[in-house]
Amino acid sequence: MTAERDWRGLLFVAPFLALYLLILVFPLLRGLWLSFYQVDLFGAGHFVGLGNYARLLHDPVFGTSLVNTFEVTLMIVPALTVISLLLALALNRAGKGAAIMRGIFFASAVLSVTIVTLIWRFVLAPDAGLLGEAWKALGWEPLPFLSDPDLVLPALAITTVWWSVGFPMLLFLAGLQQIPQDMYEAAALDNSNGWTTFWKITVPALRRTLILVVMLQTAAQLQLFGQSQLLTAGGPSGASRTAVLFLFESAFGRWELGYASAAAEILFLIILAVTITQYWATSRAEGVRGR
Amino acid sequence: MASLELRGVRKAFGATPILDDVNLTLDSREFIAFLGPSGSGKSTLLRIIAGLETADAGEVWIEGRRVDTLPPGQRDIAMVFQHYALYPHMSVRENMAFGLRNAKVPRDEIDRRVDEAAEVLEISPLLDRKPAEMSGGQRQRVAIGRALVKQPKLFLLDEPLSNLDAALRLRTRVELAQLKQKVDAAVIMVTHDQAEAMTLADRIVVINDRRIQQVGAPMEIYSRPANTFVAQFVGSPAMTLAEAELIDGNGLARVKLGDGSILQTAVPREVLPAGGLRVGLRPEAVRVADKAATTKAKVELVERLGERSLVYARLGDGQAITAEDNAYSRLALGDDVGLAIDGAAAHLFGPDGTGYHRTAAA
Repeated sequence: MTAERDWRGLLFVAPFLALYLLILVFPLLRGLWLSFYQVDLFGAGHFVGLGNYARLLHDPVFGTSLVNTFEVTLMIVPALTVISLLLALALNRAGKGAAIMRGIFFASAVLSVTIVTLIWRFVLAPDAGLLGEAWKALGWEPLPFLSDPDLVLPALAITTVWWSVGFPMLLFLAGLQQIPQDMYEAAALDNSNGWTTFWKITVPALRRTLILVVMLQTAAQLQLFGQSQLLTAGGPSGASRTAVLFLFESAFGRWELGYASAAAEILFLIILAVTITQYWATSRAEGVRGR
Repeated sequence: MASLELRGVRKAFGATPILDDVNLTLDSREFIAFLGPSGSGKSTLLRIIAGLETADAGEVWIEGRRVDTLPPGQRDIAMVFQHYALYPHMSVRENMAFGLRNAKVPRDEIDRRVDEAAEVLEISPLLDRKPAEMSGGQRQRVAIGRALVKQPKLFLLDEPLSNLDAALRLRTRVELAQLKQKVDAAVIMVTHDQAEAMTLADRIVVINDRRIQQVGAPMEIYSRPANTFVAQFVGSPAMTLAEAELIDGNGLARVKLGDGSILQTAVPREVLPAGGLRVGLRPEAVRVADKAATTKAKVELVERLGERSLVYARLGDGQAITAEDNAYSRLALGDDVGLAIDGAAAHLFGPDGTGYHRTAAA
């Protein structure tokens, strides 16, 4: 009886399960399998064991792309979290003005990466760009954001923050709406000033949202690709090549499918490790606080 | 010194007036209940006193200090919220200490006050718990404790018992009364429950329709209602109000009800205004009786309450009336019944609703 029921229940999730297996689990396993082979576009390829992985470990281009990825993620995630939280705090109020501003700040999130990079190329271009003009107006030399190896990652980070700020802002707004108003009234009666109220009432209440935003964004930014490819194509001289751009170039530029798969597996393991570490650290902190 | 004084307080939300020229003076250490139906403005008035709303006009004075320009935290008041509003991520101890920390009270003093309040409220074993780990009644105590430790001049309680189940509500009511004896401050409680107001308050402020309708001791409100609203809002079931005609009487008013029965009231005749009168009868002034009956009625519903029965009936002219019978009433729907109306207990109301009662001495 129960077994029968279980199977019927399975029917309901079958469409999702089929798609999930087909477009997520299968490619994942296929990619893992590929990573042990030397494959190009034609022919079956041949088994090389851990050869691809060994090669990757000694590939300075891959190493640099990983470092670039970490650097840009470390720039983006804190800035994005803080800015989207500040926006949410500023726009968490009734009224038409706030509603319009919420719409405007979220609008960038619906643009495709192509449009975003196009816009920011105009902004960042040193000779005719918006920032360049502003710099010139102040009497400074325009900064070559996209051609200076030291400036290109910050430029990438700024572009990404501008593009991605909408969704975390929305999450924070939802979190803020969950805080009952009488909590703030109680705090006002407890003689709590704005600063204390923010740190002692708002931030603890947003704790879960904060964790969610940081984890989602870390996982997302470690896969940063489109901006880097379209804005600079990884240049100058690889200074803005991210890990995903590296595996894209390997797979579809040099047609080293097995090598690219191995790089993808490594990136996958890194993201998994980072996410699990974050999860473990936050739930442990929760446990300590719960005592 | 008056612990609280309200002078000409007005408030409107947009075009909707909420409070209109409210004046009130509280004695020190008084327990006051704001009693009124939902939407009467009583909660708004409490929030104006707390500083959570700003009045459009008028002044709020607490112990001789004008406070309506001060933020809530500097008014020397403490409030217990309807839904407690405990900080969910703080322990009970932290919840109670939060206000004192903000006020820069020394640490050992904070600990002393928190432990003392926890002792009084019997929540000492809960001090390290979070609000989510406690029952509604325990949270209520913590919320009261958070107010107690501040040692305010004025306690504000917003519907403090409305979230408790019936048994717990009765117990907490008793505890609130006991607590009142221990604190050296005035208390204002907002409630729509007249039993709460009657049992706890030294004085009741009945609020309806933007205005204070009456201020008085519980029994005064009950026995000498200022107007028809107070008469019908206080007392359960509501007072019967019937059209009546003033007929002759020597000194005390005699009235004729719609069904022709005559009532000799104890209300002095000379205080009554000209125009249509209504007579107010509480159920206990109308007894089911065979021999001494002064009028007749048809039974519509009998409510057996245990210690007595309430008989809802209609007089000959169709006027609804509520009468009392003994616990073992045998009356049934549709029965004809004789009623003995005690005229001396009747209240009279003028055309504008103002109440007139027997002289106080009587």
